[in-house]
Amino acid sequence: MTVATALKANDPTQLPSKRDEDWRWTDLRGLLRVLPPQAGAVELAALPAGAFDALVEQTHVLAGGHEAAQIVIPPDGKAALALRIVSRGEASLSVRATVRVGTGAKLRLFETYEGDASAYVTHAALDIVLEDGAAVERIVLAADGDEGVLVSQAQVSLAAKAEFGQTVITAGARRQRLETSVDHPGAHASVRLDGAYLLAAKRHADLTTIVRHQGVDGATSQLTKGVVRDQARAIFQGRIVVEEGADQTDARMGHHALILSDQAEVDAKPELLIHADDVQCAHGNTIGALDEDALFYMRQRGLPETEARALLVEAFVGEVADRILNEAAREPVRAWIAERLAS
Amino acid sequence: MLSIQNLRAEVDGKEILKGLTLDVPAGEVHAIMGPNGAGKSTLSYVLTGRDGYEVTGGGATLDGEDLLALEPNERAAKGVFLSFQYPLEIPGVPALTFIRTALNAQRKARGEAEITAPEFLKLARATAASLKIDFGMLKRSLNVGFSGGEKKRMEIFQMAMLQPRFLILDETDSGLDIDALKIVSEGVNALRSPERAMLVITHYQRLLDYIKPDRVHVLSAGRIVASGGPELALELEREGYDKYARAA
Repeated sequence: MTVATALKANDPTQLPSKRDEDWRWTDLRGLLRVLPPQAGAVELAALPAGAFDALVEQTHVLAGGHEAAQIVIPPDGKAALALRIVSRGEASLSVRATVRVGTGAKLRLFETYEGDASAYVTHAALDIVLEDGAAVERIVLAADGDEGVLVSQAQVSLAAKAEFGQTVITAGARRQRLETSVDHPGAHASVRLDGAYLLAAKRHADLTTIVRHQGVDGATSQLTKGVVRDQARAIFQGRIVVEEGADQTDARMGHHALILSDQAEVDAKPELLIHADDVQCAHGNTIGALDEDALFYMRQRGLPETEARALLVEAFVGEVADRILNEAAREPVRAWIAERLAS
Repeated sequence: MLSIQNLRAEVDGKEILKGLTLDVPAGEVHAIMGPNGAGKSTLSYVLTGRDGYEVTGGGATLDGEDLLALEPNERAAKGVFLSFQYPLEIPGVPALTFIRTALNAQRKARGEAEITAPEFLKLARATAASLKIDFGMLKRSLNVGFSGGEKKRMEIFQMAMLQPRFLILDETDSGLDIDALKIVSEGVNALRSPERAMLVITHYQRLLDYIKPDRVHVLSAGRIVASGGPELALELEREGYDKYARAA
């Protein structure tokens, strides 16, 4: 029972529902009584410019008629690629990409979800494999439409000394889930899983991560921040599992949210499941309003209230952009955040 | 310059200012001294428009203009500056970014042109040097992780950059060692001018050794109960607030 099979079989009964514990805040079954028809072919030449065009050597598009992509970076190779997942028209779309990064190779992967205004249902499955000492920085910008439904599920597996860094930025959708599942071998591999959500109107976003530490000497660092306004709803589910024997694991998870309206909602479920003895694990979770004292201080210095609020919110979320390693990638991400906050 | 007439104000339904009258003419520095709970901080927040401080009577004008009708940022643009007893930390906003945004917001409100980035940087460098502030500190998030003394120095830096016309210093000496107190006082004294006025709120006389007031007022139980020259501060230091507390 997966989203992909439901879409391919046009069978909504196979969608996950709130009876599935991991989907209880992102119910698809209850939302979608019928699924739209399969997506027709999209004319790739007609696509607008991508958000990261200036930073990449090559672009892969997943859309109707282009449902699969394979990306292979040879050992010790180096690449900067864009992966654009494009939803067009009221249609069901299920796409899949495999990414294999060879020993010692480095990849910067810029992934964008681009939806239009129609009631599409899109599922993307990604398999990302990092071999020994490979390094991947994955940046995901999810720009869905108001009526779109998107589920993105990435399965990441790492070998020894691999480095995987991820930053997911989303403005939500009608319903949206961005899920990352990492098999962590320990073995001096390191994982950074960051995210930011900026939700307004009735939008929904669900950032779910699962990291399984399976061996000694692994590190995971996680920071998710978000802002919800109007009647928006954000979900953060972060699970870190430290399996038996995965000693010397160092795992840190932080989720911090600002709620800017009475009707907005944030549901957070940080979970640390630790079955080893000698580990360092910590999580912090805060949900609150803007600091009124700081706001007054800023206004006393001359900032109008709306400007003061915007500056505080941008600074709050900006910490996530600051953690992006690739400096050139920070600017488009910051600009995207500022644009969403201004609207 | 600043004229306060029979001002009454409440916090959470409790009257704190009970008919306060005070005039601070341009060019003068006035000190307000008083015991804890007299209403010193309330006065500074009422004058700057903080939420939760409700004016129930009287008024306050700056150069004849009703101050209390304006938003906090509008008062700032008119030149009112409050140096906070406990300056706030603004995570993620570098001090320079914050001050430039504030300066340009004030200029915009006054119908003036924005300051350009090179002009601003030049001004900031010169001002930092004169206040012995490490320029690197200005690139860090405002006040985050700063010591009490550094935060106060950052208040003086903002003051020097924004060039306000009416300054309120709320317990500026608290948390300062003697060296920091000297630097901060020098920064304040450098701003003394015939077009500017200052209200120095303090519990102790010590600060007034460095920032010499023209007038000293005693605030007790929400009213000014005595006024005099600088010698009044010395008397309070010697004899305490007891007799004024009784008078109120």
